[in-house]
Amino acid sequence: MRDVAIVAFAQSKHARSTAEVSEVELLMPVLHEALDQVELKASDIGFTCSGSSDYLAGRAFSFTMALDGVGAWPPISESHVEMDGAWALYEAWVKILTGEADTALVYSYGKSSPGDVREVLTRQLDPYYVAPLWPDPVALAALQARALIDAGHTSEPELAGVAARSRAAARDNPYAQLTSVRDGGEYVVQPLRRQDCPPVGDGAAAIVLAAGDTARRLCARPAWIRGLDHRIEAHSLGVRDLTDSPSTRLAAERAGLFDAPVDTAELHAPFTSQEVVLRRALRLGDEVTVNPSGGPLAANPMMAAGLIRLGEAAARIHRGDSDRAVAHATSGPCLQQNLVAVLEGDVK
Amino acid sequence: MTEVLSAPLVVEFPFTRSLGPVQSAFLTGLRERTVLGVRTGDDRVLVPPVEYDPVTSAELRELVEVGATGTVTTWAWNPDPGRNQPLSTPFAWVLVRLDGADTAMLHALDAAGPDAVSTGMRVRIRWAAERIGAITDIACFEPDDGTGQRDRAATAHTGEFTDPVTGIVAPARLDYVYSPGRAQTRYLAALADRKMIGERCPSCRKVYIPPRGACPTCGVATEEQVEVGPGGTITTFCIVNIKARGLDIEVPYVYAHIALDGADLALHGRIGGLPYDQVRMGMRVEPVWSEDGGFPDHYRPTGEPDADYDTYKEMV
Repeated sequence: MRDVAIVAFAQSKHARSTAEVSEVELLMPVLHEALDQVELKASDIGFTCSGSSDYLAGRAFSFTMALDGVGAWPPISESHVEMDGAWALYEAWVKILTGEADTALVYSYGKSSPGDVREVLTRQLDPYYVAPLWPDPVALAALQARALIDAGHTSEPELAGVAARSRAAARDNPYAQLTSVRDGGEYVVQPLRRQDCPPVGDGAAAIVLAAGDTARRLCARPAWIRGLDHRIEAHSLGVRDLTDSPSTRLAAERAGLFDAPVDTAELHAPFTSQEVVLRRALRLGDEVTVNPSGGPLAANPMMAAGLIRLGEAAARIHRGDSDRAVAHATSGPCLQQNLVAVLEGDVK
Repeated sequence: MTEVLSAPLVVEFPFTRSLGPVQSAFLTGLRERTVLGVRTGDDRVLVPPVEYDPVTSAELRELVEVGATGTVTTWAWNPDPGRNQPLSTPFAWVLVRLDGADTAMLHALDAAGPDAVSTGMRVRIRWAAERIGAITDIACFEPDDGTGQRDRAATAHTGEFTDPVTGIVAPARLDYVYSPGRAQTRYLAALADRKMIGERCPSCRKVYIPPRGACPTCGVATEEQVEVGPGGTITTFCIVNIKARGLDIEVPYVYAHIALDGADLALHGRIGGLPYDQVRMGMRVEPVWSEDGGFPDHYRPTGEPDADYDTYKEMV
């Protein structure tokens, strides 16, 4: 198998609303920054893959407009996933592993500000039994949080601690949208308070992948992808044990997470209660630094927040702050789909 | 710069979905105040029922009837109901395991407040007054006072009803506020003054109209604004013979790509002011502005001699 690494990562300054720019205007500076880090032009890239959602934009084929930002003429090798960019990265990783490309540009973006994201996300649910009731993602996460509290896995004060730790960590992150717990917060959907929920916002992210010697040439300390896997659970919430995430555990096992300790975890847990589930599924002890970026509780741009977890974990390896890290991305209600990547830097 | 434009954007869609044998039986059953589940190979009862076992993927067809009472397995108090949700007053979202079932279903619970809800509490179905064969035939759950049937075992059911429901219509409406961003705002603002403004790529020097803020060839931002037109050349065209619904234009008419003078990309518009069969490539045209809005209603011949093919062949 070829070695593949994350060699560059850039993201936007996430904000509640970016109405002044279109998607491509939001995305383009981020693309240029990622490419500039490795001194590549878009035309040098072997494969381009993106993640976004038409439901956020309210328009069909909305990703085609954003393609202008990568210079798609003359024709490039390109693909798109209607998901978080972490899954676009998975596709790009496979493309490089199979030898079809040596470099890849992965990007994703989402603007939640034009619509009501809680209503928009109800449209991803089972259309026969669930979507007609319009349960929003906070409601579904709250059902999961209640199940965790009932099972004795967490408590409301412990969840408040997750929120406080995440927002405090975000003060060192210039891209974060939210860096403090404002008031502890009223219940949004009990038992989840305002502080337990991610901020709603707009943002974009880009990552450059490269194989073997190309990666070594482009980056002083590439973040090698040692394993990458994604798994899904039954879609009916009432069939699942909401206190556990067997799909995350299986993905982690297949990605090789449990073969050696990690020092860093970037977890895509939009709700405080979901960090509790993921820590257990990934068997993370207190010695692991979890979401030093602040995580999705500090900035959760839909479709980009998962890719950002991979980028943040890789950036810590690039900087020498981490030697072995795990990055996780999720999609769907109550951690339905989960992607786990294990990243390593060369021994210093 | 001009303040960025915004406008309401409403997306509405009534998805029409067909039901398989199991979903059809379940939703028809709700219409008849009967709750059906499906039995798996390892003798578990799934409610709501599915056609394939979520663990083994085996086909499931053995329908059973379960109780209209059940137990809350988890809940969440919703103080601020959304416009489409089952109840307009504060309620609890609940997962309920109906008596006789091994899995839980999601719905709303009408209760006095969060203190009146707990995991393990007994609840029963409140049926909607009018039932059509949809999950909303269950209006909601309500606390069970204990007089309802308890611990009912699942019993065999044929799943057969007269006049079965075979499909649902799932309406959805999402409301957005659309903002076109900087480049398109500049374009639309100039149109209001009956000017056509393109943007030049700093790298390849091409002028794009309508501008989207990026050069699709070079992948860089376009900033320099260039007024183009009003004259232009028809690069290619088609004759439309089918009248679109709600369109107040007689067929046949001509729709064309028009290269405005100074632009490097043709935009499209309707050609009027002459019979459809006299339109040709190379014909010189100019915009005819709509009376009440800032946009070209159509383009008409200027009467100039036709443009030489070499002057527009790159844009065909």
